[in-house]
Amino acid sequence: MNRIGLVILSIVCLVWTQPTLAKLEIVITEGVNTARPIAIVPFKYNGTATLPLNLAEIVAADLMRSGKFNPIKQEDMPQLPQTDGEVDYSSWVSTGVEAILVGTIEDDTLDRFTVNFELIDVLRGQITGGKVQALKDGRLIETKDHIMFERKVIIATSQFRFYGHRISDIVYEQLTGERGAFLTKVAYITIEYEDLYPYKLVVADYDGANEIELVKSPEPLMSPSWSPDGKKLAYVTFENNRSQVYVQDIYTGKRELVTSYEGINGAPKWSPDGQSLAMVLSKDGNPELYLLQLSNKTLTRLTNHRAIDTEPSWAPDGKSIVFSSERGGNAQLYSVNLATKRVKRLTFDGDMNLGGSITPDGKHLVMVNRTRGNYHIAKTELESGNFQVLTKTRLDESPSVAPNGSMIIYSTMHGSGQVLALVSIDGRFKARLPASKGQVKSPAWSPFLN
Amino acid sequence: MQFSAITKGLLIAIPALVLTACGATSDSSAGKSQTTNAEAEQAQTEGMDTQTGTVDTVQVDTLEVAKTPEEIQQEKYDTLRQQQTVYFDYDTASVDGEYMELLQAHADYLTKNPAAKVMIEGHCDERGTPEYNIALGERRAKAIVQYLQSLGVSASQMTTVSYGEEKPIDLSRTDAGFSKNRRAVLVY
Repeated sequence: MNRIGLVILSIVCLVWTQPTLAKLEIVITEGVNTARPIAIVPFKYNGTATLPLNLAEIVAADLMRSGKFNPIKQEDMPQLPQTDGEVDYSSWVSTGVEAILVGTIEDDTLDRFTVNFELIDVLRGQITGGKVQALKDGRLIETKDHIMFERKVIIATSQFRFYGHRISDIVYEQLTGERGAFLTKVAYITIEYEDLYPYKLVVADYDGANEIELVKSPEPLMSPSWSPDGKKLAYVTFENNRSQVYVQDIYTGKRELVTSYEGINGAPKWSPDGQSLAMVLSKDGNPELYLLQLSNKTLTRLTNHRAIDTEPSWAPDGKSIVFSSERGGNAQLYSVNLATKRVKRLTFDGDMNLGGSITPDGKHLVMVNRTRGNYHIAKTELESGNFQVLTKTRLDESPSVAPNGSMIIYSTMHGSGQVLALVSIDGRFKARLPASKGQVKSPAWSPFLN
Repeated sequence: MQFSAITKGLLIAIPALVLTACGATSDSSAGKSQTTNAEAEQAQTEGMDTQTGTVDTVQVDTLEVAKTPEEIQQEKYDTLRQQQTVYFDYDTASVDGEYMELLQAHADYLTKNPAAKVMIEGHCDERGTPEYNIALGERRAKAIVQYLQSLGVSASQMTTVSYGEEKPIDLSRTDAGFSKNRRAVLVY
């Protein structure tokens, strides 16, 4: 009865290896000139140890890659202040920056450092000169309302990269009002055909650092999908000459076979509540959407049509699922309401639309659009129906939206190889993550991890 | 259905093939035994020649035993079966008429060897999304299964797997490369 309930703790294909074999490095291709100027002043270190990396560089790179900010070069800074008191506001006017991040690093104990940083509102500082008196409880007190954020932390040597991203998150949220996604990860598949194990499931920081190969296989690996807690990945394997869906704990390596039906076992997508997987099975004749309850492995069939139904993607509220279907002729995007099972067509633009997903704010539908034979990433504003093609690259596929909705990571062609690329949700900022070797595909952006 | 047209095609094609096949040499078992006898005779003749020390005055040739139409068909099938790949047009899973005879050859083998099993892999070119291509690849593999079933092959002898766009043969991403990747492969 429970023929799929086999729990396999397999370590055969499971390999933990050294990081950075094919390190991704982000190359910005378009859109920096439209970003907001900001100054990330190098943090002064008043000690004797060798710092593991440059915190301000990490922050500046993060903010630039967000597509929203353009950190000015150090040589363009009129001064290198370490605290708000040292800022000469008039000298910063010509730079056009709206905010300055300053900081210091001091020795704490062995291998531990004290980091102080302040985010300064330049416009406010220019008005008040950095000092304001205000009435509080009937008394005049001094305030520093030009300081948007300040903090003092103690971090270990091994935490520098992490904390750099943390500072980026803070700066981004202070200046945009939306949560930063710099402490997230991306899962993707790499292929090096000449390798003994050509197919690899890899997880890296969103910027390509700390790349770890979680699974290596002689047969294809596909469709990684993050659990909402960011601790597990569901993915498809062909290691037994058939497609099977596995769930793997990325921290313990524990691996569980969840479906191995006749035909397709594909496109798993974790529900927002983490309780079930939406997936595609063709066990009943042709590809249909199913819901697999993870606790007891119960299956619920969601679609019933002789045309291809595939690529499920959860609406952020978990109440409906977007999918691709050929029921109208060419593939278009539809959604199925989980309570009523009613199906609604969502897209009408171009020859076909595939790989749809709704942005975290529920406002946009992101997809792969084919128009006149060209595959590009596009989005439709759900309320107005406004349609916009976002990319100009070739053979674009597998768009995955950052958890804060600011960016889309997708796979595309660069030269003769498949690489990952980024495009901002407004289509203005574009960047490429070229791999040093092999093909890179099927990116999946993690949820918030902190 | 296209079957009547296909059958008609075969009715014309097979006799024509019989005629052309007769002219060619072959190494089927019947042909081989004939050749062996002839060689023995020739050796005897040559032996006599060396004994007498005379120059060859006699030359011996042989006739091939005429093959039955069944034998000829079998030879053709054996050759055809070496080819295990069927190619498809863009975004379709319909089996082109040019592969009917190839599939007939595989069906012949599978029906005569009920214990034989075949795995049919469906593949796609790299256009479209990986998930869509998995579905399309399965449709291609199943199109082959259905055709073989219509020729009498038992469903229990066949399994399918779709690799979508994950195992391309040609990585060039050109039209020529794409056409090599859109395929179904019969793996014994």
